[in-house]
Amino acid sequence: MTEIELKSVLKAYGDVEVIHGIDLHVGSGQFVVFVGPSGCGKSTLLRIIAGLEQVTGGEVVIDGTVVNAIPASERGLAMVFQSYALYPHMSVYKNMAFGLENSKMARAEIESRVQEAAAMLQITPYLNRRPKALSGGQRQRVAIGRAIVRDPKAFLFDEPLSNLDAELRVAMRKEIAALHNKLGGTMIYVTHDQVEAMTLADVIVVLNQGRIEQIGTPLELYNCPQNTFVAGFIGSPRMNLMEAVAEPGEGGGIDLVAGSQRIALPAIAGIAPGDNVTFGIRPEHMDIVDAAQADISAPVDLTEQLGGETYLFCTPEGLPQITVHQLGQFPVSEGEMVHLRFQRKVMHLFNADGQVVANGIENGAAAGMEVEGAQA
Amino acid sequence: MADIAATPSRTIGGLATARRGGPNGRGWHWTDIFTYVYLAFGVALMFLPVVWLVLSSFKTQAGLQEFPPTLLPLGQVQVEVQGFDEPLPLFEVTFEDGTVRQMAQIRRIGIMSQMVDPENPEERIQVSIDDREPIREFRVAWENYTKPLETFNFLTYLNNSVIVTAAATLITLLINSMAAYGLAIYEFRGRNAVMLFVIGTLMIPITIILVPTYLVVTQLGMVNTLWAVIIPGCATPTGVFLLRQYMLTIPRDLIEAARMDKASEWQIYWRIVLPLSLPAIAVLAIFSVMWRWNDFLWPLIVLNRSEVYTLQIGLNAFQGELNVQWHFVLAMTVVALIPVTVVFAFLQRFITTGIASSGMK
Repeated sequence: MTEIELKSVLKAYGDVEVIHGIDLHVGSGQFVVFVGPSGCGKSTLLRIIAGLEQVTGGEVVIDGTVVNAIPASERGLAMVFQSYALYPHMSVYKNMAFGLENSKMARAEIESRVQEAAAMLQITPYLNRRPKALSGGQRQRVAIGRAIVRDPKAFLFDEPLSNLDAELRVAMRKEIAALHNKLGGTMIYVTHDQVEAMTLADVIVVLNQGRIEQIGTPLELYNCPQNTFVAGFIGSPRMNLMEAVAEPGEGGGIDLVAGSQRIALPAIAGIAPGDNVTFGIRPEHMDIVDAAQADISAPVDLTEQLGGETYLFCTPEGLPQITVHQLGQFPVSEGEMVHLRFQRKVMHLFNADGQVVANGIENGAAAGMEVEGAQA
Repeated sequence: MADIAATPSRTIGGLATARRGGPNGRGWHWTDIFTYVYLAFGVALMFLPVVWLVLSSFKTQAGLQEFPPTLLPLGQVQVEVQGFDEPLPLFEVTFEDGTVRQMAQIRRIGIMSQMVDPENPEERIQVSIDDREPIREFRVAWENYTKPLETFNFLTYLNNSVIVTAAATLITLLINSMAAYGLAIYEFRGRNAVMLFVIGTLMIPITIILVPTYLVVTQLGMVNTLWAVIIPGCATPTGVFLLRQYMLTIPRDLIEAARMDKASEWQIYWRIVLPLSLPAIAVLAIFSVMWRWNDFLWPLIVLNRSEVYTLQIGLNAFQGELNVQWHFVLAMTVVALIPVTVVFAFLQRFITTGIASSGMK
């Protein structure tokens, strides 16, 4: 069982700083996913933990030991690469045994470990094949097997599923989750796919431009995004984010005015009339209602009928296109007006800096959904 | 595309008879004819000297100096004639009345030659040398090969050449690939400057460093040992450059995966990078074998005793100031050609096929 800690880790390539002081604690046995758009520094951070990149500042601590000066080969971690990085001139068996041979393990022990891992990953029939004679999914298993046999302190995965087709990706995702349950080791997993992050993680770390935007369990991130970036990044399809200006409303409340739309809300702490705000509402959190009750009305540009669910794409006057999710089949013709009401308790409000003001609005106050992720 | 559809199977026969064909895929397109003509020209240009060399190496010394030259090694037929100790050369003589008879020549005096009929040794006649034609048969002069190998120490030379070539090639491959590994895998300040410096040495011709190198070799007491030939040429800029450029194409993920797998730098080099660089190593091996086997100037300078001669120096010894023993030179040149040909035949597939199909998409 291994704990990994990053203390104000900095990384610069020449003058360009790509990681701006990251503090992070990965608990023993946790499955932590780094997620973020490409170029956000998530792979670099993983490689820093692995020892393949040197930090410019700060400390990497594994089990209480500062490992800044310890080379990758001696940190006792195993890594699964995006390209699998299988040695093309060695058989699958040799690939898996290579790391063990390097640590001068007895031949019989190597044999039993490789056989055991191969059986676990169902690659026993391919042990004598070269990597190029394997399919993508099989190569992926070998790459994971190569990590497992080492019995490492922690597993590092660098976008391991991004080279697989969609169907295989879903299958391998489940297997990795099952593997974590079985092995119970500390795992750090890098991906740009937020679905992978949501389904696999104990804790998700959302990174953007070399900074941590938010740390939390998948549902914390979904329910209580701390800023517009996380709000837009987590959830599929993404949250509708709209800019508005707060104006005094009836009965002491405020109205959000966006384009020609006006949304009446109760008074909210932290928002005064005249403030620029961004409000967010997920596609699944809008109800289609009568014109009288509606927050906004918009013509439907396009519908996607998936049978079990329906997506409507509408453009309210003066606002960008918004996505609306409806369960079941929803007959609507293009150009028809729909009247939408936002579910107040899952509406998100952000201030002009993009930081959260309220996750959920109910009866005149910020609804105070539990915010607990940040300390993980 | 019709061209591709018409491509025959990739066998030697298929390749040698491939053609584009006319508008309907049959017959001959003008490019077919053109292609075959220039390919035939190329083959002739490359192979005729070698064919001539091999055929001539089986000719006797007299056969070589004959004019007009013959293509095949021919020798004059000789017959035993009663009353003569030595066998006599056989000629076909055309008499004034038009009859043609086979006669043996006893001796030649000026433009006349004295002939005898082998069937009837008593009868001797004088014939003008213009009226006789030598009768020749296909005859191989093996002594061109056996004599130098037995009496002129050529086996020793051959042995020396093999030792020099093998040892030098092994050392070349080892140190060049190590240098290339350093310059390809490690990132350090001045890496490109070092590489430029290495390539820059290509611009210095051997004639310039001949004397200093000789002085170094002398100081080290290596003159007249094979090490004097083997060591100085081992670090080749061409080899370092070739291997380094190839190693740059090895995915960095593999190196990093090996690092994560607790491999030491030597193990990464020996077990990952070297096997993956095999196509480039094979190319360098071929070059190195050809350079070393054909090397002449440097061995000529540092090897002065005949026990340490290499083949090329040994060949030079047949060229006297007044008299060149062409039959021996040609035969031993063929011997010198064989190993290079064999090496090339075995390794040439590495030049064309890259085996670093890395198993990655």
